[in-house]
Amino acid sequence: MSDRKIYADATAALDGILKDGMTLMSGGFGLCGIPETLINAVKASSVKDLTVISNNAGVDGVGLGVLLESKQISTMISSYVGENKLFAQQFLAGDLKVVFTPQGTLSEQIRAGGAGIPAFYTKTGVGTLVAEGKEVKNFDGEDYVMERGLTADVALVHAYMADREGNLVFRKTARNFNPMMATAGKITVAEVEHLVDSGEIDPDHIIVPGVYVQRIVHVPNPVKHIEQRTTRPRHQVA
Amino acid sequence: MAWTREQMAQRAASELEDGFYVNLGIGIPTLVSNYIPEGMEIQLQSENGMLGMGPFPFEGEEDADLINAGKQTVTELPTTSYFSNADSFAMIRGGHINLSILGAMQVAQNGDLANWMIPGKMVKGMGGAMDLVAGVKKVIVVMEHTAKGEPKLLKTCNLPLTGKEVVDMVITDMAVFEFEKNGTPRMKLIELADGVTLDEVKAATEAEYDVAL
Repeated sequence: MSDRKIYADATAALDGILKDGMTLMSGGFGLCGIPETLINAVKASSVKDLTVISNNAGVDGVGLGVLLESKQISTMISSYVGENKLFAQQFLAGDLKVVFTPQGTLSEQIRAGGAGIPAFYTKTGVGTLVAEGKEVKNFDGEDYVMERGLTADVALVHAYMADREGNLVFRKTARNFNPMMATAGKITVAEVEHLVDSGEIDPDHIIVPGVYVQRIVHVPNPVKHIEQRTTRPRHQVA
Repeated sequence: MAWTREQMAQRAASELEDGFYVNLGIGIPTLVSNYIPEGMEIQLQSENGMLGMGPFPFEGEEDADLINAGKQTVTELPTTSYFSNADSFAMIRGGHINLSILGAMQVAQNGDLANWMIPGKMVKGMGGAMDLVAGVKKVIVVMEHTAKGEPKLLKTCNLPLTGKEVVDMVITDMAVFEFEKNGTPRMKLIELADGVTLDEVKAATEAEYDVAL
C-alpha cells in the first residue's frame, strides 16, 4: 500500500490547500475530538477571512480559540459558543459574524452536504428565528423548514486510528461531528492518534471509509483537554 | 412552602416509565437521574453522541474522550453505544427518544417555549434544544415558577422561541401543569406543591389555565 495520503506533519498536510476567504470545517464537540494540531497549523499559516463550520468555537487559547485570537475567522457557523470570552468580545464588536444553527440541523446539513443532498426539510426551528427567510412546507399536516446542505473547501477531523488507506476509527464521544465532516470536505485532512498498516483494522469496524480522506497526519499521544472535570467520591454507589 | 430543586427533580422522575430513552438538560433536569426508581430501566441519551450514559467517573478515571453534552466527564455502562452527532439527532428528530426534560426562561399557555436567547445580551446559541423540543415524544420543562418575582408562565412568550407549542408538562417549585394538545393547546393545573395554595399559584402566573386537581 502506498503512502500517498500520509504527510510528515500538520504543516505539510495543509500545504497548498489553504487560501484567504475559504470555508473550513473543524470536528469536535467542545474540546473533545478536535483536530488541535491541524488548527494550530492553520494559525501558523496566517490564512485569514475564514468561514468556520464547527459546533463550538473552542475556549480561550485552545482549539478554534487560537484562530479567534489571531482574528483569522470572519464567520462562524455553530450551535453553541458559550465557553469563549474572546468570542463574545469580537461578536459584540461586530468583528465576527455568527450563524447560530440548531445542533441537529447543523450535523444534518453537513451529512447532507457530504451525501450530495443540497437541501432537506426539518421540523426543528419551525416558528422561531431560525426559520425566518426560509421556505416552510407542510407535509402530512405538519410544518417543516428547508435547510441547505453544507460543504467545505477543507475539512479538518480528528480520529483515534487510521490505516494508510485513510479508513478511520473514532473513540467514544470524540466521534461527534468528525465522521460527517470527513464526507463534506472537498479535501479532508485527518489527524490521527494511531496510524496502522492497511488490513490491521477489521473492515467491519471502520466508521469512515478512506474514500473521504485525502490527507493524513499521525499525531501520537496528543494532549487532550477536559472542559468540565466532574467526578464522584469513591465511597458513593452509582 | 414550595418544592426545592431536589423535590422538583423527584417529581419529574415520577414521569419516567420502564424502558424509556431519556435526554436530560443542564441544571435541575440533570438531578432527575438521582431519582430513577429502583428496578426501572432507563437509558440516558447525551446528544453529542452517546446512549446509555453512566455516572461521573471516580477521581483519576476521567477520560477526555468521554463527555456528555454539558462537556462534563461521564462513564460508560454495559448498555452504552456511541454514534455520530448526525445519528444522535436522527434519533431525537425521528421520535425515538421518549422524554426530554429541560429548563426554560419562559413558557406560554399554548406550550410555546423560550430558553435560548435574551435580545441585547450575549447570545451563546441554542445547542440541541430546538431539535429536542421539535422531535422528542414528550417534553417536560422543570423551572422556577417566577424569576425575580416576575411570572415565567405567560400568555405569550416575549423572548425568541425555542419551539412552538412543544411543551407537554411544566413542573415548577409551586405546581405542575399539563398541556392539552388536541386543537388549540390549553394549559391545565394538575397538582400543587406541598403547602402551596391555588391563590398563590394564580398570583404568580400570568398564563390562563384550567384547574384540574
